[in-house]
Amino acid sequence: MTRNPQLNKHGELIHLLSIEGLPRAVLHGILDTAGTFLSVNDREVKKVPLLRGKSVFNLFFENSTRTRTTFEIAAKRLSADVINLDIAKSSAAKGESLLDTIANLSAMHADMFVVRHSESGAPYLIAQHCAPHVHVVNAGDGRHAHPTQGLLDMYTIRHYKQDFTQLTVAIVGDIVHSRVARSDINALTTLGVPEIRAVGPKTLVPGDLKEMGVRVCHDMVEGIKGADVIIMLRLQNERMSGAMLPSAGEFFKNYGLTQDKLAHAKPDAIVMHPGPINRGVEIDSSVADGKQSVILPQVTFGIAVRMAVMSTIAGNDA
Amino acid sequence: MSTLHLNAEALYLDLLSGVRGLLQPGAALVGIWSGGSWLAERLQHDLKLDGEAGVISSALHRDDFGSKGLASADPTRLPFEIEGKPIVLIDDVLYTGRTTRAVINELFDFGRPASVTLAVLVDRGGRELPIQPAYSAARIALPREHKLSLARDDEGRFSFDIKEEGA
Repeated sequence: MTRNPQLNKHGELIHLLSIEGLPRAVLHGILDTAGTFLSVNDREVKKVPLLRGKSVFNLFFENSTRTRTTFEIAAKRLSADVINLDIAKSSAAKGESLLDTIANLSAMHADMFVVRHSESGAPYLIAQHCAPHVHVVNAGDGRHAHPTQGLLDMYTIRHYKQDFTQLTVAIVGDIVHSRVARSDINALTTLGVPEIRAVGPKTLVPGDLKEMGVRVCHDMVEGIKGADVIIMLRLQNERMSGAMLPSAGEFFKNYGLTQDKLAHAKPDAIVMHPGPINRGVEIDSSVADGKQSVILPQVTFGIAVRMAVMSTIAGNDA
Repeated sequence: MSTLHLNAEALYLDLLSGVRGLLQPGAALVGIWSGGSWLAERLQHDLKLDGEAGVISSALHRDDFGSKGLASADPTRLPFEIEGKPIVLIDDVLYTGRTTRAVINELFDFGRPASVTLAVLVDRGGRELPIQPAYSAARIALPREHKLSLARDDEGRFSFDIKEEGA
């Protein structure tokens, strides 16, 4: 049996590439550690020295503002030196291969790579080829995984609901293209959530989800009925040009989260969204800004979770 | 089994009177997680101090992070402003002084206390940093491979746990 490439021989996390295959204890360990880091925001000195003298390279081969910024803040709060590389505009555009880019950056004494790439598996490739002391965090690869978003979603759910083992969680929208949905489903399954529902039109919800133990619903009201947690996904505008959806207005009518539809969930249900939100496309403003929305706390928790991931992997040897 | 006999409850009473002597007006107790925070909690009650004692963790400032990784501990919780306040740090066992150094750095992330003093149940020598307690209830010598820590039972009574590392 081959070992999970994210874990060392002691079962400790050395890279974060995907939530799939990680033991429940590892996930809880990260969430507990994130709780410690959340309180760093309340201090006069909002910085701890765990990554002092280490260099974190943010390698974004695909555009992102929010994720890159929260990784940068997280690394800086851990006292790391952060180097942001807009690779899409530089080396890759000049024809340099991914591994040549990594070799060059390693020669600049990188200690950690935070990687976003449009190709699924790119962070795995980097983790396999970098020096043993270098750690890799997947910040989103293709349609495959977005593990830190998955973990911050789990932190948010645990914060508001405490126990995972009694929950019904509905994930709504463009699931087929969503690496967030995949990471959330893996994490929710590992943490023992008994009912996970994938809600959306047939063109946007893959049928093979049933094999992962997920209940597929094409009717929105049926999908969110009695739910404790609703995770709305961003409808990616670029999908609208294909034959997958008739129009944004039609999507909103059927799957947009409004106060009327939300009333079918539990009264204390929380509404989440990985951002950026499209108001009036997948979520109504009154819900996004309403009292059940935890969209902005998610962003705050995201920094603490990314600090937890970076300090956990940096403290473990390959 | 070690033959060393240390009566933690008797030493606690000595610590109680020692800490009483260290308290300046407006002073606050801060226990170092985990043994020290149990002691601080009981001292806070027995000294009839208002409010709760603070709990401080060394995890975010440890100098062995590079070799041991992130230590698991309860997070620091200081239920009062430390700016300008005399702080009495409480620990169960003082050894190399490295934990004390880390928690002093942690403390200063929250503000500038008027002073910081240290009171411990047991000082086992072996210092690797220039740190000395203002009060220790006992001074003992133990072989390096022995790990000494405080334990607390369900009734809140203290005892010592001595383990031989690698055993």
